[in-house]
Amino acid sequence: MSVAQGIGVGERQAEDRTPPDDDEARPVGRRRLTPYLLLLPGMAWLAVFFVVPLLTLLSTSTQTRPEGAEIGVYTQTFRLANYPDAISEYFEVFVRSFTYALIATLLALAISYPLAYAIAFKAGRLRNILLVLVVAPFFVSFLLRTVAWKQILADNSWVLDALRWLHLLSEDGRIINTPLAVVIGITYNFLPFMILPIYASLERVDPRLMEAAGDLYANGLTTLRKVTFPLSMPGVVAGTLLTFIPAAGDYVNATLLGDPVRTTMVGNVIDSRFLRVVDYPTAAVLSVTLMLSILVLVAFYIRRSGTEELV
Amino acid sequence: MATAPARPVGRRQPAGRRAARWLSRNAIRIYAVFGFTYLFIPVAYTLVFSFNDSGKSNIAWKGFTLEKWQNPCGAPDVCTALGNSLKIGLIATLAATVLGTMVAFALARHRFRGRTTTNLTIFLPMATPEVVLGASLLALFLNLKINLGFWTIVIAHVMFCISFVVVTVKARIASLDPRLEQAAMDLYANEMQTFRRITLPLVAPGIVAGALLAFSLSFDDFIITNFNSGSVNTFPKFVWVSSLRGIPAQANVIASAMFGIALAAVVLAQLVTERRRKT
Amino acid sequence: MPTGPAGSSGGRDLRLERVTKRFGSFVAVDDLSLTIPSGSFFALLGPSGCGKTTTLRIVAGLEDPTEGSILIGDEDVTGSKPYKRPVNTVFQSYALFPHLDILENVAFGLRRRGAKDVKRQAEEALELVELSSMARRKPAQLSGGQQQRVALARAIVNRPAVLLLDEPLGALDLKLRRQMQIELKRIQTEVGLTFVHVTHDQEEAMTMADTIAVMNGGHIEQLGSPGELYEEPETTFVANFLGQSNLVRAAVSAHDGDGLVLDVEGHKLAMPSSRLSSAAAGSDDLLIGIRPEKIHLHEGDGPGATDKAHNVLPGGTVTDASFTGVSIQYLVRMPWGQELMVFVQNLGTGGVLPPGSKVSLSWDPVHTFALDGRSDATAGAEHDDDAAPVPVG
Repeated sequence: MSVAQGIGVGERQAEDRTPPDDDEARPVGRRRLTPYLLLLPGMAWLAVFFVVPLLTLLSTSTQTRPEGAEIGVYTQTFRLANYPDAISEYFEVFVRSFTYALIATLLALAISYPLAYAIAFKAGRLRNILLVLVVAPFFVSFLLRTVAWKQILADNSWVLDALRWLHLLSEDGRIINTPLAVVIGITYNFLPFMILPIYASLERVDPRLMEAAGDLYANGLTTLRKVTFPLSMPGVVAGTLLTFIPAAGDYVNATLLGDPVRTTMVGNVIDSRFLRVVDYPTAAVLSVTLMLSILVLVAFYIRRSGTEELV
Repeated sequence: MATAPARPVGRRQPAGRRAARWLSRNAIRIYAVFGFTYLFIPVAYTLVFSFNDSGKSNIAWKGFTLEKWQNPCGAPDVCTALGNSLKIGLIATLAATVLGTMVAFALARHRFRGRTTTNLTIFLPMATPEVVLGASLLALFLNLKINLGFWTIVIAHVMFCISFVVVTVKARIASLDPRLEQAAMDLYANEMQTFRRITLPLVAPGIVAGALLAFSLSFDDFIITNFNSGSVNTFPKFVWVSSLRGIPAQANVIASAMFGIALAAVVLAQLVTERRRKT
Repeated sequence: MPTGPAGSSGGRDLRLERVTKRFGSFVAVDDLSLTIPSGSFFALLGPSGCGKTTTLRIVAGLEDPTEGSILIGDEDVTGSKPYKRPVNTVFQSYALFPHLDILENVAFGLRRRGAKDVKRQAEEALELVELSSMARRKPAQLSGGQQQRVALARAIVNRPAVLLLDEPLGALDLKLRRQMQIELKRIQTEVGLTFVHVTHDQEEAMTMADTIAVMNGGHIEQLGSPGELYEEPETTFVANFLGQSNLVRAAVSAHDGDGLVLDVEGHKLAMPSSRLSSAAAGSDDLLIGIRPEKIHLHEGDGPGATDKAHNVLPGGTVTDASFTGVSIQYLVRMPWGQELMVFVQNLGTGGVLPPGSKVSLSWDPVHTFALDGRSDATAGAEHDDDAAPVPVG
C-alpha cells in the first residue's frame, strides 16, 4: 500500500495515540454478568432463526424422497450425492449468477466511484443535499424501480428509440429480456451500497494529502491512482462486498427483466424448487453451495485486500 | 489536482484549447449530473405513471389523471398489503432495535468470552444472500410445521435487521470518547447516572439511525418475505404478484407517496441539524 | 468565594503510599510515595511515558493501583469509585459533554451531589473563569482556550479536596498558555484548593508550582521547590530536564577545608563541598554542572578573569552564536572537544562574538553543582530540542 496508509494518516486517531497511561476504554467497575445478559436476547434470536435454519438447510440437503411418497415428503438419508447431482445439473446457472454479479459489481464500482468522489471533494456546501439525493431514489420500492426499468428498456420505449437513432443499437435489437437488461437492473439496485461506503472512505481522506502529492509533482490522475484510491480501499472493499453478495443470489431482476431460458440465476432455481416444484433437497443443496462459495470468495477477497474490521 | 500551466499573459488561448481545459476540470461535475439523472430515471417513471389513466395494466401511457391519487386504495389488496408492510415494519424495527442495541453495547463496552463467535454470528447474515436466508428459515418453519403468515414474516425481518442495528449502534458507541464517561464519574455520577445522562443521549443518534435502517430494510424486503409469508401480502410482494397480471397505478401512487414522505423527513432532519449547529 | 489557603481543601493532605501500577510486564508507576500538602500548587513533571498521567488517574480513581494506597486526609480512598472521592479532574482533552450547554456542564457535579442553589454556584464558577456570557452555548461553539476554562470551572465549582489537572494547557498556543498559567495560579491562590498539575513542560511547572516532583520511568527523581530543583539537581536527569546544564567530567584531586579541588582536563577548579549531591558525596569521579546563564564569557586566550576566586576554563572557541533578543546563546567548543552553552544577557553593551572567536569561560564556584560521575550524562536531555550537545565519554 502507499506510504500515506503506512503512516496511518487520514485516520482521525492521530491525537488518540496513547501510552498505556491514557488508554482506558471501559469505565471502572462492571459486573461480570452484564455482557451476557445484554447479549442473550439478540444472540438467542439469531441462534434460533439464523443458525438453526442454516443447519436445517444443511440437513435438508441430504434428504431424498422415499419411493411412493407424496410430493413434499422427504426423509433423511444423508445422501451426499445430492451435491454433485444438483451442482452438475445447475452448474451453468451458478456460473451465470456469479458472472452477472461480478459484471454488475464492476459496473457499479465504475459508476459509483466518480460519483462518490464528486460528492466528497467537489460538492462543497451541497454535500449533504447530494448525499440525500443519492439515497432518495431508493425510497421507492425496489420492485417498482425494477418494473420501471422494464418499461424504460421495453422495445418501444423512447430510450431504445434514441439508442437506435444513435446507431448504438441495431434496428431490431432489444435490451429487455436479455442478460444485458438483467445486469443493468442488478447494477442499478445496488448502487447506494456501493456509493455510500466509498463516499465514507473518501470523506476521511485528508485533502492535504492530495495537495502534498501535487506539491511532489504528481498530476491529477497520478494522485488519484497513488494516493486517493489506495486510501479509499476500505470503502471500495466494503462496497464491492455489499454489492456482490446480494447480487449473486438475486432473482427478481432475472425474472422481471430477463428471459426464463437464457437468464436463469441460482436464486430463480432455489425459489422455484422450494416454492413451486417442492424439491426441497435440491433447493437446499443449491442454497448451501451458494452460501459456501460466497463465503470462500469473501474470505479470499478480504485477506487479499487486508481489511480486517468490516463489522 | 493538476496545476494549470501558466498562460502567456496578454494572449488568448484558442477556443478549442480553452474548451478542452474547461471540460477536463469540470468533467467530474458533468459526470455527476449524468449520474444523478440516471439514478432518478426509474423514480421519475414511477411517479409519472402514477398519473396514468390506466386500467389493469400500467405499461402504456393512456392519459393524465388524478384519479389514482384521489383513491389510492382503489385497487384491491393494495392497502392491505401496505398496512401489513407498515405493521410488520414497526414491530420488527422495535424488536430489532432493542435487541441490536443491547448486543452493540455488550460488544463495544464489555469484555467477555466468545467475542469472535458473536462477531461472526452478527456478520454472517449480512454476508448471506437473501435467497439463502429466506429459504433456510422456510426450511425451519416447514420442519416445525409452523404456519406461514404475518408473524413468520416478522420473525424473519427481526432476524436480518438485528445485524444492521448492531453495526450502526456499535459504530456510534465506538466513536464516543470514553473520557466523557470518565469525566462524568469524576463528577460524582455513578454508573447508572453516567449511562442515563451521558452515554445514552450521545449514542441516541446511532440508535435512531439503526432503527431507520431497520425499518427501510424491512419495508422494502421482498425475497426473504416471499419465502416466509404464505398467503400474506406485503407491499413489495403485492407488486411482485401483480407484475404478471398488471400492476395497478395505485401501487405507483403509494410508492411515490412513501418516496415523498421519506424525502421530506430526511430533508427536514438535515435542516434541523443545520439549524441546531448554527445556534 | 472563600479565600485563603488550606480553608477550602479542609486541611486534607493528599498522600500516596508505595503506589505501584503494572500493565502486564510494564511498570508504569514504581513504588511511588508522595505527600502533597493541602492548599499547595503541586506539579508532576516528566517526559511522556514517565507515569505521571497514570499516577494522576490513580488518584482520581480512574485506574486501580496494583499495589499501594491513596489517602486524602485520614480517609483511605484506594478502593473507592471515582464518584465517591472528593477529587475532580481537568482532562487534557477537556471532555466537555457535547450535548449539554456550558452552564449544565459546569453544574453537572453539583447536580449529581444534590447540592442546593446549583444555578448560582455554577454561574459564580463561570464568572471566576470569565465566561459568564457563554452559559447557554454548546462546547462545540467555544474556542480551545474557552473550553479549557469551562473544564476548569466544572471541576472547581465542586470545591474538591484535590483538583487534578492533566496537561490542561497542552493544546493552547504559546501566548494563551502563558496567560492561562497566570490565571490558574491566581485562581488557585484565590480558591485555596490543592492543585496537582501534570505536565511535561518544565517552564510551566516552574512558573506555577510551589513544589515539583520530577518523574522518570515511574519513579520520582527529585522533589522540591522550583529553585531547589534548578540550582541543586540531584541527578543528571533533573539537571538536563530542567533547563540547560553543562555537564563536564571532573576528578577530585584534593579536599581543602569545606571545599574541593577538582581537575577538569588539566585545569584546577574549586567547589564548595555543600554543592555535592547526596549521591556524589564521597565519590572521586564527578560530573559537575554549571547553568549556561551563570557562566561569564571573556574574549581572548588568556584567563583574563576579574575575580581571582572564579573558576576559569580557557581555550574555548565560539562555534555558534544565536541572538534571541533577551540573550545571546553561545556554543563554545573546548579544547577537549566538548561544546558548552553560555547565555549572555543582552545588556546592550558589546556586540555578538562571531563564530571562531577565542574565548575563556569563568564562573563563581558556588554556582557549580556536582553529580555522581557514574550516572548517565545524557539522561533527561533527549526530549529537549535545544539541549547542549552532551559530553562524549
